[in-house]
Parts: sequence; structure tokens; C-alpha cells
Amino acid sequence: MSDARLSVFKTYKLYVGGKFPRSESGRVYEVTDAKNNWLANAPLSSRKDARDAVVAARKAFGGWSGATAYNRGQVLYRVAEMLEGRREQFVREVADAEGLSKSKAAAVVDAAIDRWVWYAGWTDKIAQVVGGANPVAGPFFNLSSPEPTGVVAVLAPQDSSFLGLVSVLAPVIATGNTAVVVASEKSPLPALSLAEVLATSDVPGGVVNILSGRTAEIATPLAAHQDVNAIDLAGADEDLAKELEIAAADNLKRVLRPQAVDYSETPGADRLTAFLETKTVWHTTGALGAAGSSY
Amino acid sequence: MHDVRTGAATAPRYPYPSVTSRTPGPRTDAGVYSRYARRYARLVTMPTTAPPAHALADVTASDSTLRRFLHGLPGVDAVGLEARAASLGTRSIKTTAKAYAIDLAISMVDLTTLEGADTPGKVRALGAKAVHPDPTDRTAPTTAAVCVYPDMVAVAKEAVAGSGVKVASVATAFPAGRAALDVKLADVREAVAAGADEIDMVIDRGAFLAGKYLKVYDEILAVKEACGANARLKVIFETGELSTYDNIRRASWLGMLAGADFIKTSTGKVAVNATPANTLLMLEAVRDFRAQTGVQVGVKPAGGIRTSKDAVKFLVLVNETAGADWLDNHWFRFGASSLLNDLLMQRQKLASGRYSGPDYVTVD
Repeated sequence: MSDARLSVFKTYKLYVGGKFPRSESGRVYEVTDAKNNWLANAPLSSRKDARDAVVAARKAFGGWSGATAYNRGQVLYRVAEMLEGRREQFVREVADAEGLSKSKAAAVVDAAIDRWVWYAGWTDKIAQVVGGANPVAGPFFNLSSPEPTGVVAVLAPQDSSFLGLVSVLAPVIATGNTAVVVASEKSPLPALSLAEVLATSDVPGGVVNILSGRTAEIATPLAAHQDVNAIDLAGADEDLAKELEIAAADNLKRVLRPQAVDYSETPGADRLTAFLETKTVWHTTGALGAAGSSY
Repeated sequence: MHDVRTGAATAPRYPYPSVTSRTPGPRTDAGVYSRYARRYARLVTMPTTAPPAHALADVTASDSTLRRFLHGLPGVDAVGLEARAASLGTRSIKTTAKAYAIDLAISMVDLTTLEGADTPGKVRALGAKAVHPDPTDRTAPTTAAVCVYPDMVAVAKEAVAGSGVKVASVATAFPAGRAALDVKLADVREAVAAGADEIDMVIDRGAFLAGKYLKVYDEILAVKEACGANARLKVIFETGELSTYDNIRRASWLGMLAGADFIKTSTGKVAVNATPANTLLMLEAVRDFRAQTGVQVGVKPAGGIRTSKDAVKFLVLVNETAGADWLDNHWFRFGASSLLNDLLMQRQKLASGRYSGPDYVTVD
């Protein structure tokens, strides 16, 4: 047998509706490492890919938001299990993408996996923290419960291509939203590989959709899309963020503005609550008795 | 071509070669054969009802002439047909042409509800939607018709009164068509009496597949008669149950010979409904039929057309096959329900530049 084996190059593809399509436009762009060496060709998504992703996300929303919080937690934990198994691959991709040494990249990937587990644990606890029974001056039970907003467009952070991505994506789907993720423009490969993990870990198709390409080109139609309920602008620079916020105002999207975040620190519950809405229901209890209660 | 001794006149050959014909028939002089057909027609069993007067009237003189005519139609090249339909589906229709196509498609929709759970309220809502498909944009055209079961015709008629939207009713024991002729005709008469402008009948697929073409023919004639002068008749072949393209071509000619105003692919109740290929085949049939008889017949693909993109592909098929004469809701319809919402969302996108969503159209 020959000694020199030809390595098999990987074709990175989008992740839309549980499938791995190429961009509808047929375009790709070159992805390079921190030293400008070619790594791979990634799909250059068009606005039609964004549209298809929103349709897929909308279709998946009913099932995912209707799943029990416990079930969502199990599924997300399963994602972390799969990530653990692919650790070497992600270490290599993160090291290439962000110009880190092997050991530093390994620390980043470990932090990302831990972050995913951390959010998996939140799924069945967030309702107790931000919801509850409200005391009201009347014969009512008054209950507030958090509900997912809907389809959330997530512009992943540009610099932290994996830990940052996990830190913005996990809270969105943990609470029952479905997501259309625009991967880091310069280093999309960890995000596109994450899609393979999601596809093999019980996450229903369409719950997460991952697009790579020019952030501004994909984000603009997403921000204006009437069927997107919220947008996380983490990966937008100041000018783009302003422009997108104006476009998002048209159908009153929830907007999470870009903020300076150190992704290596433990996040609070802020990102979880950013894409939750509170539903308050009044149940009549009948007339109050002499004791101040009818039950 | 004909046998003088036995007096059996053969049917005229199908003279118009189509793109999907394996063997383009020679252009023959149909007049000669129809002269013989007339001479010998008295010797064969005559159908009880008067056949419509056109150049092909003779072929329906008896079961055997009808069979010979239908089986004399050239076979369909299935691969060529599907390739042709697929290649016509690759046209890029953009900007103003797209806007025109979407409005045309909306005006061709037969907004349909054919469920056991139909209530008068649902039919009224459907009627309102047919009259004003997009309540936020009154420039949207009305749909062509609403399509309901016979018992809902009166409700539908009231809901679309004064708007120009027609009421179509399925009849003849839709969707199976398995009932006695009397029952089917009573079904039709009830729908017509309730004010239906159009009747969608199903053919007896069992009889057709068993080769009893004249039985199917007579049944269509009887239903046509029951429709009276005002109601147009759409004949549903249920192409998904006819199993071959040859059968679809035969059924199309049979329906047109019997006086159908429209030929319609399917009921929407079986696994395979309208496809670009079977619709292309039927469009070729109506084109050739008009060339031979001068009678124009409409086409209605129904079931399975859900997106604007699909609808535009069908319009391309119409224009490239039958011609621009058919690009009108008098001659071409879409039997659909969910298609309309997608057309409206595309229309909103063209108007505003922003992608629309299901929150901005009605829930059916």
C-alpha cells in the first residue's frame, strides 16, 4: 500500500431544518486561520438561506417550546456529551480559528462544554426563578410564567468563535426558543461543526439553524423579517447594530444590544431572561370568606 | 385504416405531434374518416344521449370506436414528459414578472375546503377570504372561486354574494365516486339548485381502469346535462389512481369528448395529486383538442401545490404548452387552500421588501 495517504477534505455546509444544505446561492468564501493560511471553504449564505432558516425555525418552534423543560434539559445535556466526544476536533478548530495554543484552545473548549451543561441545568429552574404566584388584592390566583419569545436570530460573537457561540446560543434554546444563528464571519468552522453535534444529539431539526457568511448580508433580512420575534446583536459592530435595531423595530422584535462580555466568566441568568416573555393568568377563586380565603 | 366489409370505422389518428409523443402521428385528413364514420354509425350501438357536435363526435359512436380512438392516441414518453416539466420549472421569474405571476395565481385559486368538519362558519370565513384575500391590502385580486361540498353551496353563495367570486361544488359522490348514477345526479342537481356556478365531478375510475370507457363517457354526459346551461363542469380524473401517463392522456380526451369545461387532475384526497408532469400532459391534451375541434377546455391542477414557487412553475407550463389564451382564470385554476397564504406572503414581501410570516395572513 502507498505510504502517502491523501487526506479527505471536509465540505463545510449550512445547517437548516436538520439538514446540511449548501448555500442556495451556490457561493462559498475562503476561511483562513489567524496567520492567513487557508483552512476551508465555507458557504456564503444569501438572504434566501436566511428565509429558509426562519421557516425551519418557525416549524420547529411548536414542538420545542411545547416540550417539557426537563426534556429540553436532557436533550441539551446530551449535546454536551456529544461535544465531549468530539473534543479533539473542536480543540483543533478553535486553535486554528483563534490562533491559540493547543492547551489554551483546550481550555476554551472545556469551558464551552461546561457552559452548555450549565445552561442545560437551567431549563427546568428558570420558571421558578422568574415566574411564580403573585399576591393580588382580589379573589384570584394570579400566576406569572415565563414563555419563550419564538424564533430568535442570533448573531454569534465575531471573536470568540466557539465559547462565545455556545454562550449566546445555549440560553436561547434552553428556554424553548428556536434559533437562526449567524456564525462568526471570520471563523465559522467551529459553528458549522457544532451543527454536526446538534444533528446527532436528539435536538429536533430546525431548533437550531446555522448560517455562515457575511454577517451584514444575512442579518439585514433577518432583522427585517416579520416572522422573527427577537434578535441578539452580539456579533454586530456599532453601526450594523444601529441599522439592525431600526429594521427590527418594524415588527417590535425584542432586541438584545451588543455588550462587552467576558465569555470566560460564569454568566448570570440575563441571557436566559432576555428572550422570555411573562404570561400572567388570573384564575378566579370565588368570593372571599370571612377568613380572607375561599379555599 | 378502416374496414369497409365490417363497416367499422377507425377513429381518426391523433394528428398533432406533441413534444412528448414517442411516435408523432402522420397528419391525416380527418374528414375522410368522419365521412365513413357517419355512414356506418347507424350500424353500431348509439349512445342514448346526443354527442356534442364537433369534428371528433364520431369517435364516441360506440364503445369500440371510443376504445379504438383512446388506445390510438400516441403513447406518452414518460421520461421526456418529466424532463420537459422539470426543465420548464427552472425558469427564473423575478421582480415585475413575479408580481404579475403572483397576482395572476391568486386570481386563479379555487379556495377549497373539503373536510368532514366543515361548518357554515368556516365556509363563511373562507368566502370572506376569497373576496378579500389580504384584508390589509385591498389591491390584492379576488380568488376565482370557493370550492365546497354541495350542502355548503348556499352558505358559500351568500358569503361571496356580489363579489364576482364563483362557487364551485364537488359532486357525484366525491371523492370516491362510488355510487349509483341516480345518486350522483341528485348530488349534482342539489348543488346546481343551491346556486353552484361550477360542478367538480369525479369520474368512475373503476370503470375507466376496467376499460368501460363508454360508461364513463355516458356518465360525464349525464352530469353535464344535470349541470344545465349555467354551471360549468370540471371533470376530476384522480390522476394518482390512473397509474400511467397513457391513462391520463386517454382520460383527458375522454373527458373533453364528453363536453367537460375543465379537466382537473385530482381530488386532493390521495397520495399523489397534481404534479408538473401530469398537468403538462393535460395541457398538451387541451391544446391539441382545441386545434382539432376548436373547443377550448380549461385545466385545473389540484392538491399538493403549496408554495408560490410551485404555482409560478405551473403558470410557466401553461404559457409554454397551451399558450397565453389559457392564462386566465376562465381557463386555468389552482385547486388549493394553503397556497393562497404563501402567495399573499410573497405579495407582501414584494410590496414591503421584508419577508412576511404566517402571523400576517389568516389561519385556515
